[in-house]
Amino acid sequence: MSAYVVRRVISMILLLLLLTFVVFILFSLLPTDPARLTCGKSCTPEIIEANRHRLGLDLPVLQQYWEYLKGIFVGRVYAQDSPDPVVCSAPCLGYSFKRGEEVFILIKEGFPATFWLALGAFVMWLAAGISVGVYAALHRGKWQDKTVMGISLAGYSLPSFFLGLMAIFFIVIRLQLLPYPSYISPFENPTQFLQTMILPWIVLAILYAAFYMRLTRNQMLEVLGEDYIRTARAKGLPERIVIRKHALRAGLTPIVTAAGLDLAGLLGGAIITESIFSLPGIGSLAVNSVNDADLPLIVGITLVTATFIIVANLIVDLLYAVIDPRVRLA
Amino acid sequence: MTDLSPAPRRAYIEVEDLSVQFPTEDGLVRAVDGVTFSIDKGQTIAIVGESGSGKSVTAQAIMGLVNARTADVTGHVWVDGQDIVGMTDDELRKMRGSTMAMIFQDPMSSLHPFYRIGAQLTEAVNVHNKVSKKEARDRAIEMLQKVGIPSPEKRIEDYPHQFSGGMRQRVMIAMALINSPSLLIADEPTTALDVTVQAQIMELILELQQEYNTAVVLITHDLGIVADAADQVAVMYGARVVESGVIDDIFYKPEMPYTLGLLASVPRLNQVRADRLDPIPGNPPSPIRLPSGCVFNPRCVYKDRVEGDLCATERPALLPTDLGHMVRCHMSKEDREAVATIALGTLGRETA
Ligand SMILES: Nc1ncnc2c1ncn2[C@@H]1O[C@H](COP(=O)(O)OP(=O)(O)O)[C@@H](O)[C@H]1O
Ligand code: SF4
Ligand SMILES: [Mg+2]
Repeated sequence: MSAYVVRRVISMILLLLLLTFVVFILFSLLPTDPARLTCGKSCTPEIIEANRHRLGLDLPVLQQYWEYLKGIFVGRVYAQDSPDPVVCSAPCLGYSFKRGEEVFILIKEGFPATFWLALGAFVMWLAAGISVGVYAALHRGKWQDKTVMGISLAGYSLPSFFLGLMAIFFIVIRLQLLPYPSYISPFENPTQFLQTMILPWIVLAILYAAFYMRLTRNQMLEVLGEDYIRTARAKGLPERIVIRKHALRAGLTPIVTAAGLDLAGLLGGAIITESIFSLPGIGSLAVNSVNDADLPLIVGITLVTATFIIVANLIVDLLYAVIDPRVRLA
Repeated sequence: MTDLSPAPRRAYIEVEDLSVQFPTEDGLVRAVDGVTFSIDKGQTIAIVGESGSGKSVTAQAIMGLVNARTADVTGHVWVDGQDIVGMTDDELRKMRGSTMAMIFQDPMSSLHPFYRIGAQLTEAVNVHNKVSKKEARDRAIEMLQKVGIPSPEKRIEDYPHQFSGGMRQRVMIAMALINSPSLLIADEPTTALDVTVQAQIMELILELQQEYNTAVVLITHDLGIVADAADQVAVMYGARVVESGVIDDIFYKPEMPYTLGLLASVPRLNQVRADRLDPIPGNPPSPIRLPSGCVFNPRCVYKDRVEGDLCATERPALLPTDLGHMVRCHMSKEDREAVATIALGTLGRETA
């Protein structure tokens, strides 16, 4: 078990290294010249060349990559030989000269909003998706099942911007049930936090719950036909225990996988939802970085998002072994 | 007891004209259609018949495992004087696992893969008894010991996949008997096991049956097992019991043409294990379109001995031909006996 974990962690680190390399090379192959992007229309070739040197862009690509990698672990100093060097401390994911800030710090500042959005929506969609999915499975083929599946299909095919804009339009603007969303930390002002987050949570949760209802329902239908469910009933267990303890437990594995990967994906930023509800999260940051062609920031966000997914993959795999004793971690 | 109490029943278990129908999109599936038999405590009845003849559904109906929302169950199943047909879900649930228990064909898939054996056994104890954790655990260990699992206090911590097929069936037997039920239903308990293990498992069931004085309903394909284990036999065909009686009646004085075909497929009893009970030309009936009249008539070679086309139009009743020996056939007793001699030769009544 522990040898397996060590092996998985090592291969995960190698994968992350490979990822940084691929991302770095991809972005350096872009026709856009990052040095040119450092100043506006008034740029003279001299300034561009000076900036190229300051950013280390005049080095060979591989060496640039090496500097970048080193920066992640030990930090780095841009424009060391100039009168005003820029310090980027470890973990340095690059420096946004557009914003005059370290990429890592920009991402760190965006993380709380993204984190709370993802976590709240995650809890809501899992609770709703699983319970409604079980309910549908227990009424398979009946009108309850058909209604749930119909709603799920609708939720599935609704674009999130539509749902989000409708929510803002009706609930905030027309009915004025909630103030206009304005993000604040839950520790600073919990009421305003909840007022801001409730709509984006619901919008995201609806989109995801639709999928989890289907998944749970289908899993339950499959598991309820298993022999060990018949055994559980033959023991005289009450039906709710048969469902919760025996059936749901057995059908959990794919739900956990999907949930882990979905959560990780959301931690990398929910672009549309964050933008609609003006949440200052990683998703909004990503949109802005693209709009400004802020290359170091784009690279940084890409890396962080991909890292979440890779780590989630590992966690989900380890969870398998917790859920299913037949899974041997070897 | 008041005058309103049901008339006293003769046997511990009496199944009376039990029918189970499943309405499906393709039509009404008549899985069980008039099954009647009875057994006492300590006795074993074997139910034999081709696959699809309704044996498992019969067993599940007796356990109250046929979902009332998806099936129509009619008739009676008297267990110790109480009719379980028409009981509420909760009344039934309380009897399952305590008064009556069941073991299934496939021990590989009948235990929950995610829970330890110990947890699955103590769960069975705890549903029906208010006992401490330790007591439940002790009961589980004692039961595992009884079914022949070595070092049960250690194995209790293991998961089902850490046991062999035979051992898992032992665990299933332990789980079924842990609350000392008075009725045990075993639905093909050895079919999925290695031949070498089959005899051991049957032996174990019979041994524990003696100890607990359990009534056993044994569903099997294996006439060798029937000969070894059963006191009585009910032969099922096309959702009906077509012949039933004590084991010697069925093996040595059979009268129903389907039973004859079944026995003819076994050259020497007690030795050859018939894997397939299908020596008779033709196919078993579809439960959606059961033949009218006698369900066996499309395959019966003796129906011309019956006047007119009674066999195709009128459903024969399950009637006594001897004390405790019931047959469902329109032929006269003389014809049935004559036909049996033709079909089975020396194996038939001459040796009886
Ligand atoms: N839940 C169900 N819905 C519809 N048909 C069923 C159901 N359960 C069993 N059947 C049908 O009932 C018939 C008898 O099945 P079964 O009792 O399992 O036969 P066997 O004698 O092989 O145990 C089969 O044709 C089977 O397809
Ligand atoms: S009733 Fe008729 S068809 Fe049925 S077994 Fe008897 S003789 Fe054959
Ligand atoms: Mg069966």
